[in-house]
Amino acid sequence: MLIDFFMHLKSRRLPVTTTEYLALLEALQAGLADYSLDGFYSLSRLCMIKSEAHYDKFDVAFGEYFDNIHGKNGVSAEDALKELLNTAGSHIQSGENLFDLDVVEQDALRSETRKEQNNDEQEEEKSAPMKGGAGNNPLGEGGVQKEGIRIDNQLLGNRSAIKGWDSREFKTLDDESELNTRSIKIALRRLRKFAREGIHEELDLDNTIDSTARNAGWLDIKMRPERRNKVKVLIMFDIRGSMDVHIKLCKELFSAAKAEFNQLEWFYFHNIVCDSVWRQNDTHVASHYPLPYLMNRYGKDYKLIIVGDASMGPTELTEPGVSYSHNHSQESGAVWLTRLLDHYRQAVWLNPEPERYWHLTQSIGMLRDIMQNRMYPLTLSGLEQAMKVLGR
Amino acid sequence: MRFEGSTNYVATADLQLAVNAAITLQRPLLIKGEPGTGKTMLAEEVAAALGMPLLQWHIKSTTKAQHGLYEYDAVSRLRDSQLGEEKVANIANYIIKGVLWQAFESDQQTVVLIDEIDKADIEFPNDLLRELDRMEFFCYETRELIQAKHRPIIIITSNNEKELPDAFLRRCFFHYIAFPDRETMAQIVDVHFPNLQEQLIREALEVFFELRQINGLKKKPSTSELLDWLKLLSAEGVDPDSLSAKSKRTEIPPMTGALMKNEQDVGLLQRIVSMNRQRT
Repeated sequence: MLIDFFMHLKSRRLPVTTTEYLALLEALQAGLADYSLDGFYSLSRLCMIKSEAHYDKFDVAFGEYFDNIHGKNGVSAEDALKELLNTAGSHIQSGENLFDLDVVEQDALRSETRKEQNNDEQEEEKSAPMKGGAGNNPLGEGGVQKEGIRIDNQLLGNRSAIKGWDSREFKTLDDESELNTRSIKIALRRLRKFAREGIHEELDLDNTIDSTARNAGWLDIKMRPERRNKVKVLIMFDIRGSMDVHIKLCKELFSAAKAEFNQLEWFYFHNIVCDSVWRQNDTHVASHYPLPYLMNRYGKDYKLIIVGDASMGPTELTEPGVSYSHNHSQESGAVWLTRLLDHYRQAVWLNPEPERYWHLTQSIGMLRDIMQNRMYPLTLSGLEQAMKVLGR
Repeated sequence: MRFEGSTNYVATADLQLAVNAAITLQRPLLIKGEPGTGKTMLAEEVAAALGMPLLQWHIKSTTKAQHGLYEYDAVSRLRDSQLGEEKVANIANYIIKGVLWQAFESDQQTVVLIDEIDKADIEFPNDLLRELDRMEFFCYETRELIQAKHRPIIIITSNNEKELPDAFLRRCFFHYIAFPDRETMAQIVDVHFPNLQEQLIREALEVFFELRQINGLKKKPSTSELLDWLKLLSAEGVDPDSLSAKSKRTEIPPMTGALMKNEQDVGLLQRIVSMNRQRT
């Protein structure tokens, strides 16, 4: 019983499981819902939904399902549900029994009831002795039987207004996974390379035992520093131009990265990493860092992250000296990038453009090839994948 | 045993249902909500209402699941053995019992509050699965199985900073404390400030809900901030009429330092107010 409701929720992609469904039945049996539609709504939400991100979806699904109950002969939806709950309590099955239910029987019952209703239409004057039986009759709308309750879809009776879940008050909590600093930090945390560094605060049991033994039993306590994340990261941000749209996102990523990684070096470039990059937003050539110097200074153990939308004219990539800010470079952007990638074996490219539009820009495809497909969208899942790849 | 809120704490109907369901079906209750909506207070009120002792475990980022069970003080034992103390012989003397051990051993049913579970490491809730499910755990040092004499009522709060693992969520009931609407808010204010001028409360609530609706606030003011602000207003003897003028959005309300905790929010408010002033 109420299996249809459970299946309806599942079909609306709510993550509900059998355990939670059984918990709901247990709760109903314990009499926790006060036999009102609102009470049932609260109780089912309490048992089945484990995150407020799903509340809105549940509201919609609940409204859809119970909107279809129409009372027969003027019985309102509320009363129909009350009767359902009242009689449902007496037929609770335990977990084992539920698995014994036979689907075939349900179909047979359905066809039987259809036949009944057809007969009904023909014999309107006769009273129907089969209906009734104190609600324990397995046939008919709102009837109770072991295999499940079928609530018919006929448009009879009034539709009473259903409040509560129709108000959609949880719409804003839905899982649009707004990327904010904290969630980025969690995603970045996947990139870990632990090393022990800092104040000696933790008891080093093995060394203590060792040194105590050396001391012929006189206690000699050794401490060691706690594990910390010692990964070294080099980030290059594409700025100006088409990236202005994504500035907020990049700022969040940057502040999260700064907080998370101890050894972080960051640089800016425009459109394509070529020739030199700069630290402050200062285009004065003298303050630029030429790439060979960078590669010398920051060795191969650094992990490279390039953040950019990879959108530019293809010639900027393939032709030397065409790029906007590097008019005098001798080699093309593609060559420089390949050189960088040879040096930094572990590198990823994070693209704030949505992944579904990547095929529309030629340069994105070209850069993706150069990066050997290590280009990921700047979303939480993309970040996680990127960090996994970097961590290998 | 039913929980119906108390004189100090206004609980909505679905919150009461959640608490009663958790008590009756003996499952942990996970509570989430905006900061300042009374999640921690809920546990205290439940314990007070049911007359049970409350055991609190406030989680920090360095907390491990083992801390809730017990800790073994190895260093003291080593030190005592050097001094030849007699209690060294029994390892049980050096086991420091954690919150869950105390709750399991207690002779009466207790309420256990696990506060801000999402602050800990991402694997922390998974380490507690068996304890939450069967209410028992094994202590390796003393080789005993600790089982709960009476299943404690466990209330877990989370600030939603991390996703909690699914296996953990399956074992709990979940309730989200939505931000109270006007009537509930009026009730809450009434409970805390029974003697406050009605007009002052009304005007202050108007201003408060208007502030909450401003787009782009980094941190919206919450219930506890409203209560602080009301206390300040009544202490300073602010005239309710002046407040109603402010609710027309042409002046900054007094003492917004209690409501806005962010200088960007304060800046935003000032800009909006000056814009409105220019318009009128």
